[in-house]
Amino acid sequence: MTVRPLSFLDRPNSYIGRSVPRPNAERLLQGRGTFVDDIRLPRLAHAAFLRSPYAHARIRSIDTAAAARQPGVARVVTAKDLAGRYTPWVGVLTHLKGLKSAPQHPLAVERACWQGEPVAAVVAESRAAAEDALAQIAVDWEELPAVADAEAALAPAAPAIHPALGDNLAFTRSIEAGAVDDAFARADAVVEDHFTFARHTGVCLETRSILADFNPADRQLTVHHSSQAPHMMKEIILRHFPLAETGVRVICRDVGGSYGIKIHVYPDEMAVIALSLLLGRPVKFVADRLESFVSDIHAREHQVKARMAVSKSGEILAVAIDDLTGIGPYSTYPRTSAVEGNQVINLTASWYRCANYRARLRVAFQNKPPMSQYRAVGHPIACAVTEALVDRAAQAVGLDPAELRRRNLIADEAYPWTSPAGLRFERLSHQRSLARMLELMDYAGLRREQAALRARGIHRGIGLASFVEITNPGPAFYGVGGAPISAQDGCTLRLDPGGSVMVAISVTEQGQGTETMVAQIAASVLGVGIERVRVVTGDTERTPYGGGTWASRGTGIGGEAALQAAKALRANILALAGAILQTAPAALDISNGWIVDAASGARRIGLDEVGRAGYFRGDTLPPDVQPELVATRHYQPRDYPFAFTNGVQASWLEVDVETGFVALLKHWVVEDCGTVVNPLLVDEQIRGGVVQGLGAALFEECAYDAQGQLLNGTLADYLVPMAGEMPDIAVAHLITPTATSELGAKGVGEAGTAGAPAAVMNAINDAVAPFGARVTTQPATPQRILRALGRV
Amino acid sequence: MSEAVDIRLTVNGEAVARRVPARQNLVDFLREELGLTGTRAGCEHGVCGACTVRVDGAAVRACLVFAAQLDGARVETIEGLSESGEIVDLQAAFHARNALQCGFCTAGILVAAAELLRDMPRPSRADIRDHLSGNYCRCTGYHAIVDAVETVARQRGAAGNTP
Amino acid sequence: MRARALDDVFAALAAEGEEAKILAGGQSLVPALNMRLLEPRLLIDINGVPGLGAIAEHDGGLRIGALARHAELGRSPLVARLAPLIRQAIPHIAHPAIRNRGTFGGSLAQADPAAELPACAVALDALIHVASVRGERRVAAHAFFKGLYETALAPGEIITAIDIPKPAPGTRTAFLELARRRGDYAMIGLAATARIEDGAMRAPRLVFFGVGVKPVEAMAAAGALDGGALRDRIAAAREALGEDLDPPGDLQADSATKLHLARVLLARGVHALAAGAA
Repeated sequence: MTVRPLSFLDRPNSYIGRSVPRPNAERLLQGRGTFVDDIRLPRLAHAAFLRSPYAHARIRSIDTAAAARQPGVARVVTAKDLAGRYTPWVGVLTHLKGLKSAPQHPLAVERACWQGEPVAAVVAESRAAAEDALAQIAVDWEELPAVADAEAALAPAAPAIHPALGDNLAFTRSIEAGAVDDAFARADAVVEDHFTFARHTGVCLETRSILADFNPADRQLTVHHSSQAPHMMKEIILRHFPLAETGVRVICRDVGGSYGIKIHVYPDEMAVIALSLLLGRPVKFVADRLESFVSDIHAREHQVKARMAVSKSGEILAVAIDDLTGIGPYSTYPRTSAVEGNQVINLTASWYRCANYRARLRVAFQNKPPMSQYRAVGHPIACAVTEALVDRAAQAVGLDPAELRRRNLIADEAYPWTSPAGLRFERLSHQRSLARMLELMDYAGLRREQAALRARGIHRGIGLASFVEITNPGPAFYGVGGAPISAQDGCTLRLDPGGSVMVAISVTEQGQGTETMVAQIAASVLGVGIERVRVVTGDTERTPYGGGTWASRGTGIGGEAALQAAKALRANILALAGAILQTAPAALDISNGWIVDAASGARRIGLDEVGRAGYFRGDTLPPDVQPELVATRHYQPRDYPFAFTNGVQASWLEVDVETGFVALLKHWVVEDCGTVVNPLLVDEQIRGGVVQGLGAALFEECAYDAQGQLLNGTLADYLVPMAGEMPDIAVAHLITPTATSELGAKGVGEAGTAGAPAAVMNAINDAVAPFGARVTTQPATPQRILRALGRV
Repeated sequence: MSEAVDIRLTVNGEAVARRVPARQNLVDFLREELGLTGTRAGCEHGVCGACTVRVDGAAVRACLVFAAQLDGARVETIEGLSESGEIVDLQAAFHARNALQCGFCTAGILVAAAELLRDMPRPSRADIRDHLSGNYCRCTGYHAIVDAVETVARQRGAAGNTP
Repeated sequence: MRARALDDVFAALAAEGEEAKILAGGQSLVPALNMRLLEPRLLIDINGVPGLGAIAEHDGGLRIGALARHAELGRSPLVARLAPLIRQAIPHIAHPAIRNRGTFGGSLAQADPAAELPACAVALDALIHVASVRGERRVAAHAFFKGLYETALAPGEIITAIDIPKPAPGTRTAFLELARRRGDYAMIGLAATARIEDGAMRAPRLVFFGVGVKPVEAMAAAGALDGGALRDRIAAAREALGEDLDPPGDLQADSATKLHLARVLLARGVHALAAGAA
């Protein structure tokens, strides 16, 4: 535990560090949440989309006449019906040098470039009527050759998906640090692997949903959106539709899971906005599950070649990686599809001392759905590659894998530290985390159990994975490149006459507990019971301007804004109380809803009395006093581009070597995310993230044929992790607050997903090591394990 | 045979009479016709469990039943189970344990958990996972849900509520 | 339409032909409708036809109505006593909410190659009652499953009941399935029965599912097991299985993997039978 000077976080009755259940969970437990599909408006119409059945095809013509005549149909549109009503978008950022992409439109203009791309839309009085009409649309397709494989897309003879761009290489970048070739030359052992990470997707239980409501009478567009970043969405709308800044409102109420899926700009959602503008009535679109599989962003399709040089004493001398990722035919907007690969090469091996590092990234266009940021963006790949090589290196030099890590993880006293790729770490705790993990999981005991069971033909494996996680990004992440993505967030706190506190904040809630975390901070600083705090999020008209929730920034950035705003409101309240009581504000404090004497704690006047005096009884106040019972503060990180966290995960599993089936027995996470506001919520974020990673490790992949056709696009065929196969997950914390904010909190939302696939892959390989088998593909399906074992 | 069918049924204890399109499934009927939006559609192929409700005392997938089939049936949704207080201990345990995050799966899971505890008063963690194996949750990773159901089973057992 | 009697069903099938589908549990049919893979003009809801749901003892065996729900089969003491193989299979079928609605007759009529109950029906020598406006006929299970989702049901016919013959004394059963997750369709499965007499296996029946367009009874493998001490026979049976099965590959596993897994299940199934698992 790091010692830091006493602050507002240590006040009596502070909620910081307490596992408070979420006040806003009650309505969800009673079926009274408000998700986009729950919203009813007069004259609400429903949109459905005709999507390309081909991965690549020219649209010769579309005949919508029969569809338009169907009962209940308000309008049928294709790209030409929307022309001039929007401006197209391009998913590039200037700081990703050389990144190129082609313009995108709400509906495909003359060519569809992925199976699932929207091509026509029907607006009707019900979704069923809209779908009936879709069946009446006749499209004359000319199927074109599809380039589905990323490697093939970069072959010299491969046809460019966008001829104006020249080729299919969207982005490339290289890193060279230290003396890499020297290090490999003098190594006692070099280990090398070729990794394949399958494309997969987010599968939010609430599918993408948007309700665009344009009122032509006052030219006000209200968008109810299942999304993480309402202000960003508003800004996007302003950039691409002819609307005034004062004429757009975006509201995000209950969101049924997002994990990054709902932070991107989707053509069908932009089409819905265009349709509402066109028709002057509310239009709703809720993706169904089948279309989600071919229209949500995909993630994590990588082929990685990686090598590690190690000395016989177990020192990692050098790491080299080559990452090829396929991103579909467009770089997504506004965050681009280059960030994931960029993070892979930035992050790999960065938690080890080794200074010699070489990396090359190639990002390729292909005829598959666009790929982009999804929970833990790039970390799962960087961690899996690094940690798999570390285990192999340990094997090569005859060291225990935990011991090799101990010898190479950056020392806890070595900070601040800059990695070979230029990542700046303020202060991490890798060594102590590893030690804590080995104790938590009883590593030595598990090794003994493993050995005993092996003798009986039962093959269990232990897999470790150390990692870092990017959280709390500053403006150099996106804003610098021209994206309308805010790295700052704002919080307004207001004391109401009855002594309760209204909080409006620009970070958003998707179930992780944002509103609760903010209420805890506000209540702690202001000295009120948490039941007196109401938090409002997700509305561009009711909250300050800010970036929303993504990249694990809600607590670190939103929480800090709430803390500062609460301090400012407290000062305003005490100034007024001081005027009322004719006492110096510095001699007063607020505790349990009372203004108290700071020294003795004696109650002087209720907070509600101060509120009423301020709002209703100005006549009782000194003439120069203007009560200001509201305060707003904004915050963005300044000192470091990211607040890195660190952790280590471990997996204990059993491989049935006859069937290739893996049983996950137990999973552990040791996480250091700085100040923990609500341990219950933080631990559950970690668990949820771990299980998404376990899904990637064992089950999830979007299976495509060579023509870019998705072969498993239903929930029966695409395998998401379910309760029966998942282990219990133990979580422990170390706490190294960041000194860059008063709250000291970093982020944690993605840590579970970052390290889980690595731990599982290592555990599988540990289990099958006696057979000389090795698996370097995810998901590690029974067939892949059987093949590695040489059984088939 | 017709495109629309007359049905009379009870929903959460209330008598309901409606003329429904033959092809309207129970999820859509509950949400669109009766405004009971607590029941949710996550896949419409019966796999995710978000739409699970109780029909004639048994948990079923509302996306796989047509409203037209339910003449004379007794339907209970999350709203009814909440108002009657039948699952108040499950809801409290879920709340305390944070066994929900976005909440989209929660109604279906509560209906499934209620049936598990009715049929198997002392489930092991493995039994709980097995019974909930048809309810998809993307947020929690299931551990907290298993904890919460286990807690309720223990509480009900201690209170002598086991049949 | 809600059928009130079998005659309603026959009349509707006659009138609509291919445009009509029978709606029993709906757990296979309705997903297909929701995905717009099928668009029949008429659904004949048979859930209200009386007399189709009973589970009763019959001639020392069982007569199970076509509308008996999977969940009911799983709870039934009669099924536990007289057809334990079915009782073992039920927990593998999908999930509780699906089992509350899905029916025995529906599962047989659907004839999904990866489904559990068709294989059980074959292993138990079930007799399937088929009714039509022309009267009733009975089809042996081994002749009922013809191809991919294809059965011996002719247009206008409906399953009304399934007879399970009285089990021979000393019969043991074993049911094994490999599925990626609980309740998923099987990658491969085995419904097996045999008698154990004096340490030897007699009349083994090995019915695999998930290995082709329909359940496949492994006759060569069973022959290699029959009558001998088990340990010696398993290797021979595994070898012989290659004659019985030529499974097509799918997204989960190619043909070689499926055959390998079948051999693994065979060995495990035989051990389960020998250990008295029933």
